[in-house]
Amino acid sequence: MKLDLLTGLYIFMMAAFIGFEVIRRVSPLLHTPLMSLTNALDAIAVVGAIILAGEGKSTLATILGTVAIVAATSNIVGGFIITDRMLKMFKASGPRKP
Amino acid sequence: MIATEHLIEITYLIATALFILSLKWLSSPVTARRGVWAGEAGMVLAIAGTLLHQGIVSYRWVAIGLVLGTIIGVPLGKVAMTAVPQRTALSHAFGALCVTLVGTAEFYLQAPNVPRFTMGVLSLEVILGALTFTGSLMAAGKLQEILRQRPITYQGQNIVNLGLLAIAIGIAAVLVMHPDRMYLFPLIIIIPLFFGVMMIIPIGGADMPTVISLLNSYAGLSAAAMGFVLGSKLLIIAGALDGASGFILSVNMSKAMNRSFTNVLFGAFGQEQRTAAGAAETRPVRSASPEEAAGILSAASKVVIVPGYGMAVAQAQHKVRELYDALTKRGIDVKFGIHPVAGRMPGHMNVLLAEADIPYDKLLEMDEINGDFPQTDVALIIGANDVTNPAARTDQNSPIFGMPILDVDKAHTVMVIKRSMGAGFAGIENPLYYMDKTLMLFGDAKNFVGSIVREIAGGHN
Repeated sequence: MKLDLLTGLYIFMMAAFIGFEVIRRVSPLLHTPLMSLTNALDAIAVVGAIILAGEGKSTLATILGTVAIVAATSNIVGGFIITDRMLKMFKASGPRKP
Repeated sequence: MIATEHLIEITYLIATALFILSLKWLSSPVTARRGVWAGEAGMVLAIAGTLLHQGIVSYRWVAIGLVLGTIIGVPLGKVAMTAVPQRTALSHAFGALCVTLVGTAEFYLQAPNVPRFTMGVLSLEVILGALTFTGSLMAAGKLQEILRQRPITYQGQNIVNLGLLAIAIGIAAVLVMHPDRMYLFPLIIIIPLFFGVMMIIPIGGADMPTVISLLNSYAGLSAAAMGFVLGSKLLIIAGALDGASGFILSVNMSKAMNRSFTNVLFGAFGQEQRTAAGAAETRPVRSASPEEAAGILSAASKVVIVPGYGMAVAQAQHKVRELYDALTKRGIDVKFGIHPVAGRMPGHMNVLLAEADIPYDKLLEMDEINGDFPQTDVALIIGANDVTNPAARTDQNSPIFGMPILDVDKAHTVMVIKRSMGAGFAGIENPLYYMDKTLMLFGDAKNFVGSIVREIAGGHN
């Protein structure tokens, strides 16, 4: 699954445009959860680390890959937990208990 | 065997779609939680797909990494809401660390025969990753107040910083031409690590929203570069989305501080700030007690509360909610005016107020609320300073001239809760405090708001 430069650039460009259009619509109200969510999604870099640690091509690669998995996984787990905690707090005004 | 590879690609394809939907659903608080679920589903799918990868010979270290990461991640997801800015900075550091380590491992696996294209993006990956790693750690340290928040500046700072970056890029260029000079590789990690520290040294607390957004963008771009190195479309897309998000937020923040984006990019933060310090004025101000403040608030029909970092520091958001309840019960219309750079990260105030159970439709952005101030009886400012400074509109000599502000000075009465007359973080004099319609409420934000609430409740009904 090697990727040539041009295909990669096309993908990057399209994703960046989609990102701009989608994220521009995010309400400033939610900019903090936005940042923690994109952070968790960005930790998809863990897939690269998993292959590195799993393939075990060299001791160095295994060590660095494992540490990288730890770093990325903590972002995934922590990022999703805190984003959900924050979003749960946002409530519209309505009938409130006294 | 080909079937497995296709299966993996299909999980990645679905994960990509889920990630985009996840961000799309974040556009409104009503659908936002669905966005988190979509993101989680995409993540689980992508990781499960990756575990099928036939090159993986041993799951031992993968499992250990996943378990350890979860053990660290859970407490990081459960920090107090007031600690969210430093947690966010820390997670940028972790993301960047992952990218840098993978890039390093990849280099030593392929060296000395690294194709030029790969070497180019790999350099980009580790340079951005390394500087984001230390930069984010520094930012987290400053936010957690382990490090001093005061900006440290010296002559020629920008030249030193840009010079460091230029040297790193130069070495990367040599490596692209001669990937066999493996001894050069550690330099394109070490120099950016150092640059990351130097980059954050001149940053003060008030600039943190911009810096965190910028680091977010760098973390995303480094992950996208990693996607190019590994030939992973999923990673390129996730990195591009994160990079775009950070970029949009950085532009928003720099606009809200009236800085050009280049000014922000080249780390000229926090430099203009010492100008007005020391010009301590002795003009008279009017101060008021909690009783008086409570009286004025109870008599109002429209109140706008403007929170700032001071509210977060004093942990006053729950008392503010009590005040909101007490006033709303009397039929008073209470809204909140939120400046984009109030607090230490984008959206910081909204999260704190939502935590205190204040309905989000009462939280209005600067542009939405500014038209309301002339019809507002009382503007109550809690721990905000520069974002309410009318000098930004009127005084061409003010360092913040041109910065968009909340027009609180147009309200009938202005009340400012503040510890003392000391100038704000930026050290800029605020003429708002000397206006005839302004009442200064001196004290700790939490205690003062608490006293006002007691007065309103205990006073005449």
